[in-house]
Amino acid sequence: MLINQFLILGAILFCIGVYGVIARKNAVLVLMSIELILNSVNLNLLAFALRNNDPDGHVFALYVLAIAAAEVGVGLGLVLLIYRNKRTIALDELSEMKG
Amino acid sequence: MLAAETGWFLEHAYLIPIVPAVAFALIIFLGKRMPMKGSEIGIASMVTSLVLAAGTAYQWIQHVDDAHAATGEHASSAFGGFARAFRFFAEEGGEHGVYVEPVIRKVVWWQSGGVEIGLGQHIDGLAVMALLLVAFISTLVQIYSLEYLRGDRRYTHFFAALTLFSAGMLAMVLAENMVQLILGWEIMGLCSFMLIGHWWEDKANSEAALKAFWTVRVGDIGLMVGTGIIFFGASSFVSEHGGSANGFSIQTINEWAMSGTGSHSVLLWGAVALFIACIAKSGQFPLHTWLPDAMAGPTPVSSLLHSSTMVVAGVFLVARLYPVFSVGLEINVGDQQFNLIAVIGGITILIAAFLAFVQNDIKKVLAYSTVSQLGYMMMGLGVGAWVPAVFHIFTHAFFKCCLFLCAGSVSHSGSHHSFDMKKDMGGLARKMPITFACWTVSAIALAGVPFFSGFFSKDEIIDLAHHNGYDVFYYIGLIGAFLTTAYMTRATYLTFFGKPRGAAAGEHHDEHDTHDAHADVHAPAMAMAMAGGGLDDAHADTAHGHDAHDGHGHGDHHGDAHAGPHESPPLITVPLIILAALAVVSGYLNAAPFHIEKFTEWVANTSGVAFPELEHVEFTWSAALPSILLVGAGFVISLGVCVSIYGDRKSPLKGITKRVAPLRWIHTFLWNKYYLDALYEKVIVRGLAGPISSAAYWINQNVIDAIVNRAGSSARQTGGWVYRNIDQRVVDGAVNGSGAAARGSGTALQPTQSGKVNQYGALLFGAAAIGALVLVIVNT
Repeated sequence: MLINQFLILGAILFCIGVYGVIARKNAVLVLMSIELILNSVNLNLLAFALRNNDPDGHVFALYVLAIAAAEVGVGLGLVLLIYRNKRTIALDELSEMKG
Repeated sequence: MLAAETGWFLEHAYLIPIVPAVAFALIIFLGKRMPMKGSEIGIASMVTSLVLAAGTAYQWIQHVDDAHAATGEHASSAFGGFARAFRFFAEEGGEHGVYVEPVIRKVVWWQSGGVEIGLGQHIDGLAVMALLLVAFISTLVQIYSLEYLRGDRRYTHFFAALTLFSAGMLAMVLAENMVQLILGWEIMGLCSFMLIGHWWEDKANSEAALKAFWTVRVGDIGLMVGTGIIFFGASSFVSEHGGSANGFSIQTINEWAMSGTGSHSVLLWGAVALFIACIAKSGQFPLHTWLPDAMAGPTPVSSLLHSSTMVVAGVFLVARLYPVFSVGLEINVGDQQFNLIAVIGGITILIAAFLAFVQNDIKKVLAYSTVSQLGYMMMGLGVGAWVPAVFHIFTHAFFKCCLFLCAGSVSHSGSHHSFDMKKDMGGLARKMPITFACWTVSAIALAGVPFFSGFFSKDEIIDLAHHNGYDVFYYIGLIGAFLTTAYMTRATYLTFFGKPRGAAAGEHHDEHDTHDAHADVHAPAMAMAMAGGGLDDAHADTAHGHDAHDGHGHGDHHGDAHAGPHESPPLITVPLIILAALAVVSGYLNAAPFHIEKFTEWVANTSGVAFPELEHVEFTWSAALPSILLVGAGFVISLGVCVSIYGDRKSPLKGITKRVAPLRWIHTFLWNKYYLDALYEKVIVRGLAGPISSAAYWINQNVIDAIVNRAGSSARQTGGWVYRNIDQRVVDGAVNGSGAAARGSGTALQPTQSGKVNQYGALLFGAAAIGALVLVIVNT
């Protein structure tokens, strides 16, 4: 079984995700991009798990899903609080961490 | 078996010193908060000790009586059932005697190199006698002090030190080994320093305290050296004969000394070294000079110090280790005429008695009298009169304590805190009848008049000196008896008879040379307020205390201008009466003329492994006659001379010491105390210390300072080089360099901290991409 289609799809998704993280100003969209990255990694894990007939990959994918859900939960919570305080979620306006 | 027979008090005699030692700590920490400022703790502890000591004495007497009864029954089978408890040495000793085993208990205090140093008790007749005596006298003195020191500014500390003082003596008395004995000995040295210097604001008092302390320290060197010598001698005895004790144990030392196996020179030098300690502690010639100066302390202290504690310690040590001294100095061996102890004791009797004649201070007369009586005890031990010497400790304690307390009573209520017999006393017999009666009884006992206690003890010493062939000391003892009577007659006459002088006559003067003042600093203000009464600072301070005993004439004290001499309150007179009664009665414990020898029976171990044979002499009135006649002569002559010199009538004897040259020389010589103080201070201290200190100064300046300066300057140079090169360049360079590096890199990296999330993400992924590239390149 060829797994190159899976890997190519994963790579495309990853690139889209990275672009989204770097280029988007909307915090919610950045979070969504991170989800894309995580899911591309999941695709890779599943592809290699199938190829090697090894269940470890599946297990890891499940873990990643769970952690991604948690991460989105925390992330959206942060965004909501930032919106309440700043009335904006544009990331280029949020530069309090500037050194 | 032993434990069952001895009884609780004998087994637990070690509690006797522990109680006052604990009380000392309580007084120090809690005393000031107590209603009676800590004095109640002191008195309670002394009473407890007294009860314990009395119980111990009672059981000891029973113990001894049992032993005597046992040997009576088992005389034929000496090694039968009782042999373990009581060793019977009739067949060896020749004389029939019972050796009553002392009750010895100990715990290990610390150990070093296999040598165990214990704390414990060595209870035998001598220890029981001393325990009872010390506890009894201490109790009375503390009660007396309640009144005498009322309102004193260091009242609590006084009672604390007094209690610790008694604890030290008690610990020494029942010491099981030499280390414990030294411990008690030194506690006493410390406490005597604190008590003599109780009113240290006067320079004279603090100097007297220092003098007492240092003089005794001189002797303590002998104690250390002697203990060391004896330790090694006795240790080898133990290792040869087996046994658990070591060379510090008093029982072992005595057995070793009696065994005859010890080297004679070891015993001799051990005895000499220990005796040096006794000379200093017991005020023997030539180190007696501290004792009269110790009168600077409050009178109760003098009383305690001179009767049962401190000065008796030296005599006690000789009595305790008597086998060592007896064998080492060959007392009573062959036709020996002189030995160190007897010679020192004999000299002390005479020189101190002569000095007592020229003293104006009533307490100094008593102080020299104590020195002289201690000479009797030492001489007694030196001529083999162990029992009479120890008995003299016993009787002397009562009448000398009483005499001192009488002197205190006179100064407290009669002569306005002065002790000067010539200036401030005279004619007090009528004003202070109780004090006068107690004084007289005690003085008679001291003089050795028949049927008073001093007679029974002192005459026995003189008698035995004669019997044992020490003729010189027999005559010294007789002369001493004569002198004792004479100076006590003089002191009595000056204090209680004749015309009242100075404060005793009610007149007032403000310069108090020998002032026993216990005034507070703020007292003069009070004195001003009461100026109508003409009170000076000393009385102003004690004024609030006087309310407690208004019924004794103190009440008028403030009203009419200084009521003058009057009898002391009961807190003072009751101890006096008790002591005076004992000054008469105590002698009948060992009254040779009536064949009462209870004291000998209870206290002395007449024979045994740990004690030399004691000579015994049958009392006859003809033998006692010379001393009785001399006492009578002393009284008559002294009275005659006193009346003519100090009396009112004109007499050719008046001022005789000023007119007749040889007498004047003698007077001056005595007045200056044989120039011994001058010898010690000017010749020895300055002559020795002067060159030493200037040599030390020269060495200090030229040798030590040079070395120090050289070391200092080279250290300085090294320091400078280190500063310039190591510190400035290496260390500082490193520190500054790292600082600058951190600063530079911080500035360089600052732009990356933009605060923009996207940029962070870009950096993250950029770094991950580079990492991935590296990974790929490395793996291929």
